[in-house]
Amino acid sequence: MADAKRNGIKVWVNGAELSVPPDCTAAAAVARAGVTMHRRSVEGHARGPLCGMGVCMECRVTINGELHQRGCQTLCMDGMRIETAEVASDA
Amino acid sequence: MPERTCRIAIIGAGPAGMAAAVSAVEAGAENVLVIDDNPRPGGQIWRGETDDATAREWMQKFEPCGAALLGQTRIVAAPQPGVLLAENGAKTLTIRYEKLILATGASERFLPFPGWTRPNVMGAGGLQTLAKGGLPLEGKRVVVAGSGPLLLAVADEMWHMGARIKCIAEQAAPNAVMRLGLRLLGSPGKLAQAVQLKLRLFGVPYRMGWHPLQVDGADGTSGDDSDAPVASVTLTNGAAKRIQIPCDYLACAFHLTPRLELAHLLGCDTEWIERQCQRRTTVDAWQRSSVEGVYCAGESTGVGGVDAALIEGRIAGYAATGAQDRARPLLKQRDAWRRFADAMNETFAPRPELRMLPEPRTIICRCEDVRYEQVVAKESWRAAKLHTRHGMGACQGRICGGAAEFLFDWSARSSRPPVCPTRMKTLAERPSADQKGD
Amino acid sequence: MKRAYDILIAGGGIVGAACADELARRGADVCVVEAECAGSGATAAGMGHVVVMDDSEAQFALNHCSQQLWNELREALPENCEFDGCGTLWAAADEEEMNEARRKADHYAARGVAAEILDSAALAEAEPNLRPGLAGALFVPGDSVVFAPCVAKWLLDRAMENGATLITGKRIVELRSDGAVLNDGSIISAKRMVNAAGSLAPQLTPGIPVRPRKGHIVVTDRYPGFVRHHITELGYLKNAHASDRDSVSFVVQRRMTGQVLLGSSRQFDVTDAAIEPGILARMIQRALEYMPGLGQLNTIRCWAGFRAATPDNLPLIGPHPTRENLWLATGHEGLGITMAPGTGRLLADLMLDGEALIDPAPYLPARFANSEARHG
Repeated sequence: MADAKRNGIKVWVNGAELSVPPDCTAAAAVARAGVTMHRRSVEGHARGPLCGMGVCMECRVTINGELHQRGCQTLCMDGMRIETAEVASDA
Repeated sequence: MPERTCRIAIIGAGPAGMAAAVSAVEAGAENVLVIDDNPRPGGQIWRGETDDATAREWMQKFEPCGAALLGQTRIVAAPQPGVLLAENGAKTLTIRYEKLILATGASERFLPFPGWTRPNVMGAGGLQTLAKGGLPLEGKRVVVAGSGPLLLAVADEMWHMGARIKCIAEQAAPNAVMRLGLRLLGSPGKLAQAVQLKLRLFGVPYRMGWHPLQVDGADGTSGDDSDAPVASVTLTNGAAKRIQIPCDYLACAFHLTPRLELAHLLGCDTEWIERQCQRRTTVDAWQRSSVEGVYCAGESTGVGGVDAALIEGRIAGYAATGAQDRARPLLKQRDAWRRFADAMNETFAPRPELRMLPEPRTIICRCEDVRYEQVVAKESWRAAKLHTRHGMGACQGRICGGAAEFLFDWSARSSRPPVCPTRMKTLAERPSADQKGD
Repeated sequence: MKRAYDILIAGGGIVGAACADELARRGADVCVVEAECAGSGATAAGMGHVVVMDDSEAQFALNHCSQQLWNELREALPENCEFDGCGTLWAAADEEEMNEARRKADHYAARGVAAEILDSAALAEAEPNLRPGLAGALFVPGDSVVFAPCVAKWLLDRAMENGATLITGKRIVELRSDGAVLNDGSIISAKRMVNAAGSLAPQLTPGIPVRPRKGHIVVTDRYPGFVRHHITELGYLKNAHASDRDSVSFVVQRRMTGQVLLGSSRQFDVTDAAIEPGILARMIQRALEYMPGLGQLNTIRCWAGFRAATPDNLPLIGPHPTRENLWLATGHEGLGITMAPGTGRLLADLMLDGEALIDPAPYLPARFANSEARHG
């Protein structure tokens, strides 16, 4: 990704390694990885962050194996594994 | 379970909470504890701020003032008077207080329109906050829409981050915004005006009386039934005019709404202000709520901006310490800010025609994918919940509740714990005084 | 023009709805008055467990016939009723409870209810998130789980298709022998009344032996597969049913949504529906003993509601022993969802002079007419 130059924190988004700046949130790391869909809605539609402040729950991702974590409220830590709902046709 | 005991607990480390802490300590209060779910003080408005003079001033007052800051801590429940249950990372703790100041701030109001659930359609403050948290905006085309002075501040900041702001669409009518602008000229804070002037310099169109009509995706579909992120937004002035603007992000929110979850949990009276389309905590001249020992300051008493929050925080901090004399000189100025806030909230209250934005298939409840056609004929919020799952999801009705209040005149208050999604084991904890047997 | 309905039903919970459905289907002109909205009382507060219980023969009889009626309804129920034939696992912590599981198994087998004993290993395989080392379980595959508020709504809708009238958002302030007075002052005339107001029934009909018994529930975010059945600890029988004291027991349930629903608590003599952190904490602590992993799941809501408890743990179905034109259909305690279809059928049988599906005697309110009378 474009920002690997700032040697920061290494995280994995859907298995791909990514370097993010300090103070980067998990939600931002997902966006930096080029992924727009954080979760699938109950009917199966793609959803991404909305409120950015931990209220709407749309940015829920799996962090280090724990389901339903708020990406926007979680700061990236070295070695953190972030998984979104995988999507075949992520535009 | 770890316990923290304090004389004054302040919930929220935004402007109101910081000012309350500084004032309480200044008036002689010892053992003041400020609790916030973010790691650092500043609240949503000053998160990571460095070049705003007022922010710097208050950060410099707050940090050495002697009040303790408990960051990354969420209040979950209020198991008994004077006791809060909180989650701090993986830990659970009990907070005991004598006085409590709620400075819980505001969140954005979201209104449904076709396509609003797509990826990269976010709140205005939402996108800004995510960008501050590392989401790259360099070169991205952003349309800012909705309502309120926040749109301007957000657009300004995102422009500085390298975003290409294609348009700012303010739903309020031009004459209403102008009237408010004239009042603003006569008031001490001229932030919005300054931002507006700057934007004019950047050449960003500021369309008043315009609102989003629908979002289309890169796959050519509109509405809420596709995975494709936003590719363009169609704006309208309510009459025949429409424009479609290609964009990478739509940053859209309809002004702010006070965060009242804790006030409701604690049993504080709140009031619905019809002309402002807003519910707020009821407080007296000393920022006291209807519950003994519980004060409220800042946006939770009605959206009012930084200056109103600061002065209310100061009054609450003094009053909670018993230093009414120090607070008294501030009351008049606070009342002036309140009057301005009321005018602002009336100006940016959503226009009635926005009730017509959802189509039958538009999703109203994002957590449970409940559509407009499923709930429009329901007799109440509770009937909608029980019969369609509307408002039953993980956001606990925070997002759809505000919309339902506007769209259907339903009151969607909840006063039950947990106030935010909480690990179940946190609710298994009991404060020690309560550890008696059967 | 005012007309008199044949039958006025006070309460649009699942019991009132089932009665309305059955009565309207058989041609009665029915009016249901519900203070809030369909299925909004204990119907919404409970877990929606359709379970055959065997505390007494009479309880079993009504449960069993109701379960058969549920299975007949199953095909017709729309998706939002979330009918889930997941079965019940009665979890046994030790050998003593295992003996109870075996006794129950024999009891069910003798009455034609399928049931299967699982040993410790089989239970661990069936529910991997239970703590290791439980003694085993009784599995009753015929039990199920529903989302009861939507069932109540659907039954009332079907009743209305058969000519019934539904009034929501109005409260009955007085139930008379010729109708009801509503809180807006209006009067609904009817020839006969049915009090199906659950735990609130004594407010309309003072003196009936129904007491509110409060219960708490917790629901989580979606964790599909975390729990695979409705699981009840067998200590439940000792804990909750036996006494008047506050009690908690471990009851957990999978929902069709993937959510996990957790109960249960029982408290008499409380009328405030607010969450009580103390008993909620006890309830969750009990659950964590059985299923430690629950502690990490995100809880999104808690609530409390009131069961309608009777002294002999059997409902009141039939004519009021002294009051003219008044019938009762309440007192189902924790089995209102299970027993609703059987109650509707039985009440309609009695009111419309049909042949009763099962012997109505154990449920008749007349059993409390003199203080000696207790069903044995």
